[in-house]
Amino acid sequence: MNLNFKHEWIETNIGLMAVLTMLAISVGGLVEIAPLFFIDKTVEKVEGVRPYTPLEQRGRDIYIREGCYTCHSQMIRPFRDEKLRYGHYSLAAESQYDHPFQWGSKRTGPDLARVGGKYSNQWQVQHLVAPRSMVPESVMPNYPWLLTTKLDISDTAARMKALRKVGVPYSLTQAELDANIEKFGETVAKQLHIPDAQKNLVEQANFGNYDGDRSGISEMDALVAYLQVLGTMVDFSKYADDAFVGNR
Amino acid sequence: MSEQKLQSQTVQTTGHAWDGDLQEYNNPLPVWWVYTFYATVIFSIVYWVIYPSWPIGKDWIGGMSKITYVNSEGETKTHSWNTRALLLQDLNKAAAEQKPYFDKVSGMSYAQIAQDPEMNAFILSAGRALFADNCAPCHQAGGQGVVGFFPNLTDDDWLYGGSYDEIHQTLMIGRRGYMPAFGEVLNGDQIDQLANYVAKLSGSGHDAAKAAAGDALFHSETAACFYCHGDDAKGRKDLGAPNLTDNIWLWADVPGASGDEGKIAAIRGVIAGGLNKGVMPAWAGRLSPEQIKVLTVYVHELGGGQ
Repeated sequence: MNLNFKHEWIETNIGLMAVLTMLAISVGGLVEIAPLFFIDKTVEKVEGVRPYTPLEQRGRDIYIREGCYTCHSQMIRPFRDEKLRYGHYSLAAESQYDHPFQWGSKRTGPDLARVGGKYSNQWQVQHLVAPRSMVPESVMPNYPWLLTTKLDISDTAARMKALRKVGVPYSLTQAELDANIEKFGETVAKQLHIPDAQKNLVEQANFGNYDGDRSGISEMDALVAYLQVLGTMVDFSKYADDAFVGNR
Repeated sequence: MSEQKLQSQTVQTTGHAWDGDLQEYNNPLPVWWVYTFYATVIFSIVYWVIYPSWPIGKDWIGGMSKITYVNSEGETKTHSWNTRALLLQDLNKAAAEQKPYFDKVSGMSYAQIAQDPEMNAFILSAGRALFADNCAPCHQAGGQGVVGFFPNLTDDDWLYGGSYDEIHQTLMIGRRGYMPAFGEVLNGDQIDQLANYVAKLSGSGHDAAKAAAGDALFHSETAACFYCHGDDAKGRKDLGAPNLTDNIWLWADVPGASGDEGKIAAIRGVIAGGLNKGVMPAWAGRLSPEQIKVLTVYVHELGGGQ
């Protein structure tokens, strides 16, 4: 077989060349990614991680809509400086129900993977409305409309159904609800039941009153509820500090 | 050109021709390049042997490089190289370097720390870093706070007490300030009278007649202000109820208001609306006991605690 002939054959068949190029460049990805689906320890087995409640989920949608991820990562890397500033490094398990995950790749602002509980609701609200009133050197934009825009809750169930399609265990049927009660406990499981989505959202928003205004549910309520749960699901005091070393 | 002629004689072409006479030289790769390429191949094999590399079924080869660390249970462990083990090794190393200082911190009383010049320097540097990461977003870099939101830590006023133990408690369990909204139980005149009385307490301009009526209201069961703020209006630190007589303002922006009427209006706003926003998070789960002790002394020094 003549080598020159073969080369010419590829170069003069653009369709074949496209296929072969795709094969060549996918090798790197396949070799690095595919084994992770077969390795047992890719996702840490850890207690407490659950899908977001309807209100938190809506907050996450707003987080994505406003492009928070372009300046804030949600991925604490296993370095000493990051541990000291942000806390325990992020686990794969902690973003297992995130679609898409918000790891991010750029930090103009600080990492938010464990921002939940670090500041009061009031700080979060004021800081989102006018960041420089809280942190004078901040370059974060103002998001005043979050406080004045009523949260659209009409499509909450539909959004959860969409996430259910990509694998988030929100329940539609009684059987699924029972499975969730088994897995997450009754309190959490009820929050994840799609038929009750709107009721659950309203209840959490009214009880939590995240934006400090009881007159209605604003987008701020949802976003602050989301921020306040970030990184708080796993109780790391239950684990030795090397509990997750074997996963890598 | 003579050089071109020379090349055409010594270098072969790829053998195929386009448009009849267009040919391509088949120059050999430079020797340095070829050997560098071989070197990278050898490097990759060495790398596979030393570091985690090949997946095998449900597990993978950890590699020959090992990392030894001491975990939080005090056990010494060795694990094949990865960044999580490396982090623990790093933390061990830093902890060993800081241990003499943190041991001293946990072994000394607050007063001893404050009087020891070396420990003072440590508190200033370690405390400043901790304060900047954790406290400054609310209390601001210098601890000056924000009127209407977060208390000033550099003045003499301590809502929940300014002793070392009280500051420590505030850091450990957090605080939640609350004042009911009196707009629901008192009428506008009564709130105005109370506001005039509160203005009088700290020496601001006020209407004497209204203040006298406010005084009575303050100490009556109708408004019952004295339950939390005390008979002398000097506050109760077990409740975080502020001293109203010291002219230090957190919630009502009296210093920022213009004119006596503006100042009284600011006070009226707080009385009518109440407060349910003085929330300080708990730090016990987030910071280590030694770090909280460092911060306790640092914050105490900021305002010259009590």
